[in-house]
Amino acid sequence: MLKSKIGLTVIMLSLVAVSVTACASATPAPQTTSAPVKVVEKVVTATPAAAPKAGAVLINGAGATFPFPLYSRWFYEYAFVDTAVRFNYQSIGSGGGIAQITAKTVDFGASDAILTADQYSKAPGIQMLPTVAGAIVPIYNLKGDDGKVITDTIKFSFTALADIYLGKIKKWNDPVLAQANPNFKLPAKDIIVVARSDGSGTTFAYTDYLSQVSAEWKDKVGQGTSVKWLTGLGGKGNEGVAGTVAQNDGAIGYVEFAYAKQNKLAYGSVQNKSGEYALPTVEAVQTAMADFGTNMSDKLALSIANAPGKNSWPIASYTYLLVYMDQTDCVKGKKVVEFIKWGLSDDGAKFAKELDYIPLPAAVRQAVLDKLNKVTCGGKPL
Amino acid sequence: MLSLTKQRASQSRFKELNRRLQHGDVAFRALTILGALTILAVCVAIGYALWDNSPLPRAQFGLSFLTSSEWNPVTREFGALPFVFGTLQTSLMALCFAVPISLGIAIFLAELAPAWLRQPLGFVVELLAAVPSVVYGLWGLYVYVPNFVKPTAQFLNSTLGFLPLFEGPVFGPSRLAASLVLTIMILPTISAVSRDVFLAIPSSQREAALALGATRWEMIGQVLIPYGMSGILGAVILGLGRALGETIAVTMVIGNNLDLSASILHPGYTMASIIANEFSEATYELYIQSLIQIGLVLFALTLALNLIARFLVWRVARRTPAEARA
Repeated sequence: MLKSKIGLTVIMLSLVAVSVTACASATPAPQTTSAPVKVVEKVVTATPAAAPKAGAVLINGAGATFPFPLYSRWFYEYAFVDTAVRFNYQSIGSGGGIAQITAKTVDFGASDAILTADQYSKAPGIQMLPTVAGAIVPIYNLKGDDGKVITDTIKFSFTALADIYLGKIKKWNDPVLAQANPNFKLPAKDIIVVARSDGSGTTFAYTDYLSQVSAEWKDKVGQGTSVKWLTGLGGKGNEGVAGTVAQNDGAIGYVEFAYAKQNKLAYGSVQNKSGEYALPTVEAVQTAMADFGTNMSDKLALSIANAPGKNSWPIASYTYLLVYMDQTDCVKGKKVVEFIKWGLSDDGAKFAKELDYIPLPAAVRQAVLDKLNKVTCGGKPL
Repeated sequence: MLSLTKQRASQSRFKELNRRLQHGDVAFRALTILGALTILAVCVAIGYALWDNSPLPRAQFGLSFLTSSEWNPVTREFGALPFVFGTLQTSLMALCFAVPISLGIAIFLAELAPAWLRQPLGFVVELLAAVPSVVYGLWGLYVYVPNFVKPTAQFLNSTLGFLPLFEGPVFGPSRLAASLVLTIMILPTISAVSRDVFLAIPSSQREAALALGATRWEMIGQVLIPYGMSGILGAVILGLGRALGETIAVTMVIGNNLDLSASILHPGYTMASIIANEFSEATYELYIQSLIQIGLVLFALTLALNLIARFLVWRVARRTPAEARA
């Protein structure tokens, strides 16, 4: 009797637990913060000090995770500039941001990916506004033949990264790599390829670059926030890629520049379109943005991968805010526009630099400001 | 006279009702039924929501969604096979590792440990269950996998590498790594519940076995385990449930690759991982719905495994210890 009771209780318990587990895993996963740990700390410690006025306008936004640390910093600092406004931003990912601004459930969206023609047609009057750019860098973990970790900056020639990720360059001492790095000897080790497994703007920018430099990559794999990788391992988030690279001798991966810099990871130099080997710096990415500055169409959205300038860093992309050119709520619309203008100002750019994001160069900034001045409310100027 | 009897009868009926209400029988019954129905309702609602939100992949791929190993967001082709395979392989492997260890822990805690050790050790086991899975994931990736799993994998590969099961090359993150992290995660669940099962077995059973001249080992193996079998199986189902649904910890260490080879040293992918990885940045409808359909498949698989396990428990529970031994 007792026995069956125990059994029954346990079965019931387990049923409950199993169904709960199943339910939990079926719901969308909680947001992944691609923010470097240090940055998040800064934001968290800063938050309690912000004291918005009672009755402040609440503006809701949602979207990309990549710029989330910067946007939260901006919201915090902006509370001192304009006490009559409060921001609530959910970093649910670019896909979610696009969906929510299309459904008009938020006042602004945010995306790392450029809207497709289909997405534009579903949200007539939507405008993409670049706020900052981020650079992506190749990281590696390689011991030389002497057993010591190679600390030299490895140079990756034009199509080297694409061929490595295609699985065509399999060894570190491949002639392509050896030729680009004559100053030190690369070992005859297998290259272990590591990619981001979670959908991300980082992958979008990286595969954009690979598609631009390699027709074969464009044909076989293509570009996206997630793609079907041909070889190697997948790590979740910057930390997953960095961790997987760190524990495999001969591994190569790619992470956001801010993450590599703040965690002191060794990153490589990449040959740009004009044949120079560039290093990721604020200037090199701003040069890349300026290279394309003049052909920014009315959509203000374009790829800045594989920039032609001599000093340009080739693997980078903008992150965008999404707003409607014709706002329905005049008060909120005005506040959003004022906030974005502030974010693009020198004040906003200062915080971007602190967090290792790359502010817009002057020409691009002016194009965005011009666009912001044309935002209307119910057909009338703001 | 008659009316008086009637009055009394109605009075006593009223009293009876009053008594029942005061004891709370009715209210309690209603409350428990409500609780039970909530669980049922939640599960039906989730199943319905998953089904209702994923018509596109069903229309486009049909049943080939389950048999296709192509998952390519760029070319818009989606198939669930690598994920189903990875989920089943890692969960079942984790059970194989965890069940014997857990039973050992449970038997030790319930039968063999000195009284002063029982409480603290039991507490530590339960503490393990309270560690958040993201901690297991990061600890797994940075500590456990490079220092324990990878050397183990290299050893297996160098000694048994001729078997397809242990084929190289060896990276850190792999299906073996995921299984071994899961093992640690489900250990406390299985051992804590089995310990309680052993503790609930009346001492008369033990005394009877010992009185018949059984050694302690014989008493445990031939009386306690068969007696508590249905409870132990229940504990195993609990562990399996956690293993099937575990997301972050597995995602961190499995290597997230669509590899379908038999080798447990290769990277893999699970259903929970692909949802966690790609849902937030899925940018078009078919993509999102395919991920929801993966959720539906996981839900159905969990239900199916549960039913099988329940059937096993039912079979075992019907047998007497004597039959079970035979």
